[in-house]
Amino acid sequence: MTGSPHGASGPAETTGSTGTARTTLRSLARSTPAVVGLSLVALHVLLALLAPLLTSYSPTANDPGSALLGPGADHWAGTDAYGRDVVSRVLYGGRYALTVSFAATACAVALGTVVGCAAALKGGRLDDALMRVLDAILAIPPILALLVVVTVLGTGPAVIVLAVTVVYAPQVVRVVRAAALGVAPLDYVTAARARGERTVSILVREVLPNIAHVVSVEFAMRASWVVLLISSLSFLGFGANPPTPDWGLMVAENRTAMVVVPWATLAPIIALATLVVGLNLSADGLSRAWGVDRAKESS
Amino acid sequence: MIVYISRRLLSAVVTVLLASVIVFAAVQLLPGDVATQVLGQDATPDAVAALREQMGLNRPAVLRFLDWITGAVRGDFGVSLVSGEPVSATLWLHLRNTMLIAVATIAVAVTSSIVLGVVAGLYRDRWPDTVVSTLTLIGMSVPEFVVATLLVLALSITVPVLPAVVLDEASAPVADLLPAVVLPTIALSVVMTAYIVRMTRTSVIDVMESEFVTTARLKGLGTGRVVVRHALPSALLPTLNVIAMNVAWLVGGVAVVENVFNYPGVGRMLLEAVHNRDLPVLQAIAVVSAAVYVLCNLAADLGAMALNPRLRTGERSAR
Repeated sequence: MTGSPHGASGPAETTGSTGTARTTLRSLARSTPAVVGLSLVALHVLLALLAPLLTSYSPTANDPGSALLGPGADHWAGTDAYGRDVVSRVLYGGRYALTVSFAATACAVALGTVVGCAAALKGGRLDDALMRVLDAILAIPPILALLVVVTVLGTGPAVIVLAVTVVYAPQVVRVVRAAALGVAPLDYVTAARARGERTVSILVREVLPNIAHVVSVEFAMRASWVVLLISSLSFLGFGANPPTPDWGLMVAENRTAMVVVPWATLAPIIALATLVVGLNLSADGLSRAWGVDRAKESS
Repeated sequence: MIVYISRRLLSAVVTVLLASVIVFAAVQLLPGDVATQVLGQDATPDAVAALREQMGLNRPAVLRFLDWITGAVRGDFGVSLVSGEPVSATLWLHLRNTMLIAVATIAVAVTSSIVLGVVAGLYRDRWPDTVVSTLTLIGMSVPEFVVATLLVLALSITVPVLPAVVLDEASAPVADLLPAVVLPTIALSVVMTAYIVRMTRTSVIDVMESEFVTTARLKGLGTGRVVVRHALPSALLPTLNVIAMNVAWLVGGVAVVENVFNYPGVGRMLLEAVHNRDLPVLQAIAVVSAAVYVLCNLAADLGAMALNPRLRTGERSAR
């Protein structure tokens, strides 16, 4: 592998995920970072699902009588300026963060995969024109593009999902197109073309299964960025509307009272950081297990 | 080589043009046009119609775009809907302030990430690598506003040495703004360094395993000389592109961090424009950032050409 930019053992270069699901699982289980990452994400999902069982406080109801309390037996991490329980808001905030981020990432990756594969298979003028437009979209910084969409369409979860899709799909297109271009000249695709199969069925039956590992890594990696982006947007006041329990919004609301009740700010920060660390480690673990070169795609 | 450079310049211009078309189109989608924005929702239809006529909004979108883009090329971005002042004057002033943060951040982040990346790459899988990689992971996993908030807690509240909030006007002299630049710069550098270190580490590892580095070692050169003279120039090539890409991220990061510290730069101007739905300002900022991004990529490509003799022959594999 002297000087090869593809790093360690790369089954990806030949026919994609040659290994069976079992070998993938085994190499994932061997890597400590991957295990830690996937457990962190799983823990977040579990906590979000069980939120109503874990806390009896409402995440949104005000209780002026118990505002700005420190950590105690009743409120483990204290309360904020409106008397809302911090633990409860963090737990329900996980629901919001996970659903919106997951939906947004899924849409962006799905759209990007379809367009990327189509561009790689069709090629020619269409491909050239598409790449030009994508270059132009990529020139606009993500958060600026998000803010333009939010200015035009207003705030709310549906708009956020749409905006993130618009912003991140072009980057997915690039990665998937490159992967699909690697698969397109291979014998089994040529064979399928020679058999006279339609582009759609070549895409679904021949190309997609062989770039599935790239798409999965892309998903995990995008998800971590989407979580960060959405929380930043909420922090700026253009994401979740108050009183929605959202981590970015919580930091924005409570940072002025940071001296009085530090946990109201620190708890959402810890939640956010652990989720993103988990997603990053999972993406790393998956890319190592499948030999997808992630450093090349970090843009 | 000249052909390559001119082709690259042309494609940069086309990209900026396309980006401005996209921005213009996106803003034009707005339900209720600029006239309604100016007069408010309760304006009588007659008044709206009169203003539309006056502002030339009845003309086809293509013509309005041509008007706007020819103005933009000459540095005229129209008039702010809120203040009524020319957008460009305000924009250049804020851009100057943001450049202070951006230049400082790039200088700090690039230096520290190259040092850390080289250390991690040379001590691969030993403790310095583990430390750097762990810090990198944490740096990548916390958003800028969290770093900024924690910095305020540490350096403005616990040990009050630096201002948590900037009170200067946008037109304040540079010398007055300098103390205010420190915290935003640290906050942005932490995140940016994390992204670049990864790339530097990977490419240092790749290069150190290459044949020419082995040759240099076998010639009996000292490790320091091998790293600095032989490995670094090649290792920095891929890093150059990552740095250019980070500039795009920097524009977004600046928006968030400036908001935390109330720093009078483009980021705060952008958020105020979004708040007030000040469309001419929004369009101007979007196009200027796109142009900055394209310019940085262009500079990175030309820089890569200067560093890599193989690219100078004109044979260049298409991306």
